[in-house]
Amino acid sequence: MRSAAGKTLAIVWKDITSEMRTKEIATSLIAFALLVIVVVSFTLEPGENTSPIAAGILWVAFTFAGVLGLSRSFATEKDKGCLQGLMLCPVDRSILYLGKMLSIVVFMIVVEIIIIPIFIVLLDQSGFPPQLAVIALLATIGFAAVGTLFSAMAVNTRAREVMMPLLFLPVASPVIIAAIKSTALVLSGGSWGDIASWLGVMAAFDAIFLAVSPLVFEVVIEE
Amino acid sequence: MTTAQTDGYAIEAKRLIKRYGEHYALRGIDLSVKWGDFLAIFGPNGAGKTTLLKVLATIVKPSSGDASVAGFDLREDAVKVRQRIGVVSHQTLLYDDLSAYENLRFYGKMYEVPDLKDRINRLIAQVGLESRMHDPVRTFSRGMQQRLAIARALIHDPPILLLDEPGTGLDQHASAMLANIIISTLTGQRTIIMTTHSLEQGAALGNRIMIMANGKITYEESKQLDISSLREVYYQHTGVKN
Amino acid sequence: MQALKQNTRSVNGLLGLTFALMIAAQFLIFVYVPTERTMGVVQRIFYFHVPLAWNAFLAFAIVFVCSILYLRSRDMKWDRLARSSAEIGLLFTTLVLITGTIWDKPAWGVWWTWDPRLTATLILWFIYLAYLFVSAYATEESQGARYAAVIGIIGFLDVPIVALAIVLWQTQHPSPLIFEGGLTGSMLLTLMVSIVAFTLLYLSLLILRNSLRRDTDEIKKLKQYMDERN
Repeated sequence: MRSAAGKTLAIVWKDITSEMRTKEIATSLIAFALLVIVVVSFTLEPGENTSPIAAGILWVAFTFAGVLGLSRSFATEKDKGCLQGLMLCPVDRSILYLGKMLSIVVFMIVVEIIIIPIFIVLLDQSGFPPQLAVIALLATIGFAAVGTLFSAMAVNTRAREVMMPLLFLPVASPVIIAAIKSTALVLSGGSWGDIASWLGVMAAFDAIFLAVSPLVFEVVIEE
Repeated sequence: MTTAQTDGYAIEAKRLIKRYGEHYALRGIDLSVKWGDFLAIFGPNGAGKTTLLKVLATIVKPSSGDASVAGFDLREDAVKVRQRIGVVSHQTLLYDDLSAYENLRFYGKMYEVPDLKDRINRLIAQVGLESRMHDPVRTFSRGMQQRLAIARALIHDPPILLLDEPGTGLDQHASAMLANIIISTLTGQRTIIMTTHSLEQGAALGNRIMIMANGKITYEESKQLDISSLREVYYQHTGVKN
Repeated sequence: MQALKQNTRSVNGLLGLTFALMIAAQFLIFVYVPTERTMGVVQRIFYFHVPLAWNAFLAFAIVFVCSILYLRSRDMKWDRLARSSAEIGLLFTTLVLITGTIWDKPAWGVWWTWDPRLTATLILWFIYLAYLFVSAYATEESQGARYAAVIGIIGFLDVPIVALAIVLWQTQHPSPLIFEGGLTGSMLLTLMVSIVAFTLLYLSLLILRNSLRRDTDEIKKLKQYMDERN
């Protein structure tokens, strides 16, 4: 058991170290998320930045940035044959899944920590509701749980840029809906009780797909 | 792990078949490799050499047939097989943005190598990369990357090595250096299968040779051949002058 | 190698039965059952919409089961059946969306509402699309089959969660379409007959599509065999 954890962390460490050298993924995701927020805001008239609309804009930005980040996650592995290098290691395939998934979660959380305050300022929201941290965490885990699987698939098919969002968006839609609705509620002063059922939806999603994805991951990366 | 076990075969394969949809990459391969053998496999592109190595390395599942590597069945004990093999392919399998040291450290962790730091230092010295140990791999030449790839394959001291056209993309000088490293660090103690386009290298290094074409083994010889006989045999079996 | 077959007697029997029941259903829907009070004539679409929705779901359940069976056995016949079911499922889901829209328009005056039910159906439509795209865009057959099977499993497990999210959304925004009172006897009969008729239609289409696919694969194999001989 301990060695499994060690190997998972080794994968996460490798991804983070690579990323810290180039800062490619983080910077492009942050820039992209900001751009989405800015461009969509063009459609707003003054006074229209209500909580529901603002929440929608935030999660549209995170969703598209997430798709981008997830695609990159396996593209880099594929290009130098590193995925084969990982497959040669004497580890259960679910460990590979877990490692990649945790790396994505870390990247996305970093992006979210930077974007959320900027978002609050740009869209003139009243403040940072602490519940937003929990919402973001649950949603990010959900994105990563299915996204890691789909990214590994998309990278092996033709039209890989299109395949990723095509697979991801419909399947992740419950998480996106739950994230938007609960964020809207807390931005306008909602309490924990108000968002409890939405958190439940995300938790259910996370639980089911964290259980199933590692099992099918092996099928996806084998030849 | 390097002491050669003398009983049983290092690698045994029976009727390995690999089908991709309607295309057959391997059409029934039978293979027996004794401990300590150095088997050189030749053949034109598309003969199935790479597929065979990938199957033996457990990264490709055969459509049918059985094989055991280091005494462990490919399907049942894949993890144990992987622990005992090292692979050098024509792709480097290295992470460009990490240093040589970090690459070896990562793989070392994945293979649960004890005394990792010492082992890394020794391996890097063996392949002649001490001066560049902490530089990112993306700054290495192709030859240096292949040398590091060999170190990576050896990190866990595997008794069996699978080399898939390791000299690809290397110039004369680098290719010769690679051959030297292979000879000095690998032979005698380890069992090796190497696929290659270079008849010279294969003839010089291997004590057994095999020619593959179209997913089948068309020629086998259990003794070392001199280069001119090898050229003739190769031409006979593949119609290609090498 | 299986020889190419004509439709067997049982398949013809099924087709005949489907046809007969469809005719019966049409009669019941347009002639027999009385016009509903609140929504008027357009309400008759209900007798198409519900059976289509039920079968769209059934088709996906079949995709799910076949996907699991394929991954277990790697026998292409399960992949063929799954893909055939997915194609028909996509067709039926499209019809659910169309009938749902037609049903909404007279009531609300707009072609599309982000009605939670329709939204959930739209998401299912996209999951079907993802399934078919993945098998089309894979680099080779067995990979396409594997990937499609994974989507089949993941997509099906997703459906209840999508439903949960949509229901939650709905409790905050009640659906615009509510029946007054329950279903009368004649309405129930019509609905039941229609459901059976459409289910038989789904089965017929599934069998026909699957046979076609199997025969196509057979021909490809023969061609390959002959090419290699030469």
